[in-house]
Amino acid sequence: MSMPARAAAPVPVVHVHHVGVRFGDAQVLDDVSFDLDAGHFLAIVGPNGAGKSTLIKVALGLITPQRGHAALFGRDAGDVPDQIGYVPQLKTFDRTFPATAVELVVTGLRRSWPARPTRQERERAVEALAQVGAEGLAGRVLARLSGGELQRVYLARALAREPALVLLDEPATGVDYLAEHDLYDLLERYQARSGGTIAMVTHDLAAARYHASRVLVLNRRVFGFGLPADVLCDACLQEAYGHVGHTHVPHTHAHGARR
Amino acid sequence: MSGFEELVVAFGFPFMRRAAAAGTLIAIMCALLGVFVVQRRLSFLGDGLAHAAFGGMGIGAFVIVSTGLLAQGGALLRNPLWVAVPFALLTGLGIAWVRDRTELSSDTAIGVFFAVSVALGVLFFSRIHPDTNIGVNVMDLLFGSILAVRNTELLIIGGVALVAIAFLWVRWGALAYATFDDELARTDGVRSRLLEYQLFGLAAVVITVSATVVGIILMAAYLVIPAAAARLWARSMASMTAFALCIGTSTTLLGVAGSYLFDLPTGSAIILTQALVFVLAAFTQRR
Repeated sequence: MSMPARAAAPVPVVHVHHVGVRFGDAQVLDDVSFDLDAGHFLAIVGPNGAGKSTLIKVALGLITPQRGHAALFGRDAGDVPDQIGYVPQLKTFDRTFPATAVELVVTGLRRSWPARPTRQERERAVEALAQVGAEGLAGRVLARLSGGELQRVYLARALAREPALVLLDEPATGVDYLAEHDLYDLLERYQARSGGTIAMVTHDLAAARYHASRVLVLNRRVFGFGLPADVLCDACLQEAYGHVGHTHVPHTHAHGARR
Repeated sequence: MSGFEELVVAFGFPFMRRAAAAGTLIAIMCALLGVFVVQRRLSFLGDGLAHAAFGGMGIGAFVIVSTGLLAQGGALLRNPLWVAVPFALLTGLGIAWVRDRTELSSDTAIGVFFAVSVALGVLFFSRIHPDTNIGVNVMDLLFGSILAVRNTELLIIGGVALVAIAFLWVRWGALAYATFDDELARTDGVRSRLLEYQLFGLAAVVITVSATVVGIILMAAYLVIPAAAARLWARSMASMTAFALCIGTSTTLLGVAGSYLFDLPTGSAIILTQALVFVLAAFTQRR
């Protein structure tokens, strides 16, 4: 008689298992573990130097941890590149590089720099730009775009391949309030449309409380992981940040926090 | 006789045709490499690797003389390039390694290898008796002698050009992506560290072979000026590459022709023609 089949547990979209990263003498991440299931919007918060960006890079396979491991969709990030849309910090690219917005978006489709995008690639890139309300930027040179415009182009690039997971590293840094508001609106529309998962590094605790369904409080090690209301409490933040002061998170919001 | 007729006569001479062919091949290789060198802010690399060529040629000349190859070896073995190319390749990879594994900046790494290479070149050339005819004139090595290119050198340049153009054709997209944003490219599977070693290694070989013809002092200009002028007109990396190719090849042919017509040093004529285009680009750049 055969045993009844047990339903397999769903594979977490992001699996981080006892990750430790050291740069020289500095312990940047220490025994960091968490699982993020599909459909969630995770905000990774913590003070400067907490290892937030390092954690994203470990997940992406850009940094190999000395201890532990990370997996996306149960595999190495390099094995599932088409399922991942990455929005890096705006400061990482070379502003003198001659490029138009549409070329950057095509890299999201081709995974290489296009010498000459095909007509089909160009159409798909313009569609992706239109999704983020930036179709008018298609032929513009990147160096001439504002922070908010660049952020939309990068988001269009990440969404062009219709990923199941979008990773964002401080996407709201250097953009104004309206551009930041638009960004979160676009991310929520992406989730509503595709049911995808989002993991975002941010310094904005209010945005984390309002937009995220899960929050990871990090300062080299995990100080809290769970619902925003549970994790973004003064005591938890006090422990992670050393002091709360002006970082105090508003507990009420016009639209309430997400669950 | 008109200037055009003079040129028709001039390009009837085999030495002029060899000069034009060698110069054009070097211009193509340097334009394709130069767009990455300029965009990666490695303009000093041309100087550094050209001086590594000087060190390599010095060691090569000493080896050829001291081992008796000068008297007994074939045409290729008597050419110090067979030592200079691997020496420059190691130097290029050494610079890439210092950039990759230390916190030193590129210009510091290049500066160290530059100085050591010149010192080695001077040391080994000084060990060769002044009366020994090694087939390499140090002044020609420094300032170039494109009109004196021989068939053997043209063949070597052609071979290197084939490899360089094929590599850059195949890896252009990955190189451009990694040049734009190394981290973003790596998330898409571009092995940017390996690419950088390959780029430095290729640049070392191209520059060494080219420097023996256009001169060590003028080599960096070949690599930098066409690409820099192209950047001023370009809106995309592809158009920058196309402009650099057009500028590099046309200024080479104009320079060779102009040097014949006006009795000017050929290397200087080419570089000054490139400089004129750069000035034109600076005043007419696309903003």
